[in-house]
Amino acid sequence: MLSIKNLHASIDGKEILKGINLEIKAGEVHAIMGPNGSGKSTLAAVLAGRSEFEITEGEVIYNGIDLLELSPENRAREGVFLAFQYPIEIPGVSNVNFLKTAINEIRAYKGLEPMAAKDFLMMLKEKQKLVELDGKLTSRSVNEGFSGGEKKRNEIFQMAMLDPKLAILDETDSGLDIDALRIVANGVNKLKSKDNATIIITHYQRLLDYIIPDFVHILYNGKIVKSGHKELALELEEKGYDFIKEEVEA
Amino acid sequence: METVIKTSTIKDQLIFEFETSKLFLFGNTKLREQAMESFYKLGIPNYKHEEYKYTQIDVLLKGEFDFSANKNCSDEQIEHIKFLKDAYIVIIENGVFVEGLSNLQNLPKGLTICSLVDAEKSDSPVFEKHYAQYADVNADPFIALNTAMNKDGVFIHVAKNVIIEKPIHIIHVSTASQNTIIHPRNLIVVDENAQAKIIESFETIDSTAKIFNNALTEIVVDERAIVDHYKIQDENTRLKDGQDLGYLMNTTQVIQKTQSVFSTHTFTLSGTLVRNNLTIVMDGEHIESHLNGLYLTAGNQMVDNHTLVDHRKPNCNSNELYKGIIDGKSTATFNGKIFVRKDAQKTNAFQSNKNILLSESGTINTKPQLEIYADDVKCSHGASTGKLDEDKIFYLRARGLSPESAKKLLMHAFASEVVNTVKIEPLQEYIEGKIFKVFE
Repeated sequence: MLSIKNLHASIDGKEILKGINLEIKAGEVHAIMGPNGSGKSTLAAVLAGRSEFEITEGEVIYNGIDLLELSPENRAREGVFLAFQYPIEIPGVSNVNFLKTAINEIRAYKGLEPMAAKDFLMMLKEKQKLVELDGKLTSRSVNEGFSGGEKKRNEIFQMAMLDPKLAILDETDSGLDIDALRIVANGVNKLKSKDNATIIITHYQRLLDYIIPDFVHILYNGKIVKSGHKELALELEEKGYDFIKEEVEA
Repeated sequence: METVIKTSTIKDQLIFEFETSKLFLFGNTKLREQAMESFYKLGIPNYKHEEYKYTQIDVLLKGEFDFSANKNCSDEQIEHIKFLKDAYIVIIENGVFVEGLSNLQNLPKGLTICSLVDAEKSDSPVFEKHYAQYADVNADPFIALNTAMNKDGVFIHVAKNVIIEKPIHIIHVSTASQNTIIHPRNLIVVDENAQAKIIESFETIDSTAKIFNNALTEIVVDERAIVDHYKIQDENTRLKDGQDLGYLMNTTQVIQKTQSVFSTHTFTLSGTLVRNNLTIVMDGEHIESHLNGLYLTAGNQMVDNHTLVDHRKPNCNSNELYKGIIDGKSTATFNGKIFVRKDAQKTNAFQSNKNILLSESGTINTKPQLEIYADDVKCSHGASTGKLDEDKIFYLRARGLSPESAKKLLMHAFASEVVNTVKIEPLQEYIEGKIFKVFE
């Protein structure tokens, strides 16, 4: 589904990603862990199409297409979804109106008719339940006045509505209490299928207690320095990131 | 030998027109002469005039103008501008009240709506008491001109304790086959404990020449009265050669008495030049005033909102919110004055002006002016101008929206804060529809 080869990216002339290689197949869950400043969020941003980053080398092939050539909206329309670490507040734009516009533009891109209002509302209700999101929140402006946990749940709610093939969760666990964490993880688990893949970017191991990854990768200083299975996350939790630094620098 | 025929200046044309027509105009000729005297001194403002430096009216008023107010409209032509179905409708065509086109059947008891000319003829004591008492002819040349030269307009009176549920919709229609200047004038008096909703809309139809509309409305909001006032300015007429036709100079002068509530909403959606002079005098205690405005400008448009809130007595609240989206080479100006007089202790006065600049070549001038002479007051003002937020655009694009629809959604969101202050539902829908078209 996704093949990242030797990806280099920089911002303002400073190289952040220094040759990332990653292969993800449909049905898999990959966790990318790493200390602060290792390039985790940059990787997420580059995959979603933020224009501030310059790709200096490498390629990203997504379902046979060159992802880096696509505009951010076309990436979304092709099924790539980024759950933001810091979801943006948009006063005056209702969640419902925003999602309806998004879904219908994605449908138009695929040559489909706009979704019937009734079907849309049914889907809205169903997906709301999935992330235990209060109906009042969906009729309010996007993220405006939402608590940290509500914002993250709203990201997963949007993900449920848009039904992506590749979901990238950027530090979705940060700032969540244990209940919110459980709800978010539960939502992600229910959305998992053999046809879609998930990348979980996180600093801590605790989200991985709820969403069991197939693979764990450790990103350090712009490179994936170690890959393994879920045990690697536990080892990391136990020993801290210093053991990676020591290993890499040794 | 060659003869050069020079067109006379606009000032000379106006004075000549006044001298030849003043005896045929309704009402007190002396009052008109005094007003003309004042115009003579003030003249047409140019860029050196502090209050008009961003709005070049003198440049637009070049050439020959006509001052007659012809009636040309048919029922069919104006059907589409009667956008409120359940309302008392007043048609003012080229500055003259046209009863035949208006819908004023079955007026409820306590509501008077008639032409200014008829009101003057009828010796109405309310008219006598309030006519031309508030807008100061020495303060502004266009007030002076209107007071001197107005031919007609509408007089609306809501009697004590009467609540008018249906909105009263005053439609100013301009039609012109040659360059024309008109001076329509309205007087609205809402007595003690009465309530009314007034909408003024400005439309140009079927015009083939420039029309300069110098409209003036005086509104009296008596003790404990509640008045909701709206202005929809949409004079979008453009000839095939690209020449713009709609120029609007709109003065609104409001006087409020004790415990009254006045809300005004100004929507400027098109028009080559729109200048709003809005003055609210709070002449009593425990008064509430709300001033909301939204302007969407593009092309070579000039839109200028000058507001003045005059807190004269203690314990009053005023709240002002003006927002604008500026595109193309257009220029928008906001100048918001707040006076808090020495006696006006415990005043709360808030003002906010927010702008989005969409283009490199658009201009926004924003100037809050607070003059506070009382010491126990709460006043604040804020002005901001920015582009559409790139982070918000990216967030929307990351969910599949095109940059165009992301921008549109954000512009609607920005405008909605003002649109949501409209309390008449069909009017709110109408304005939303208009805004939708502007953003297309």
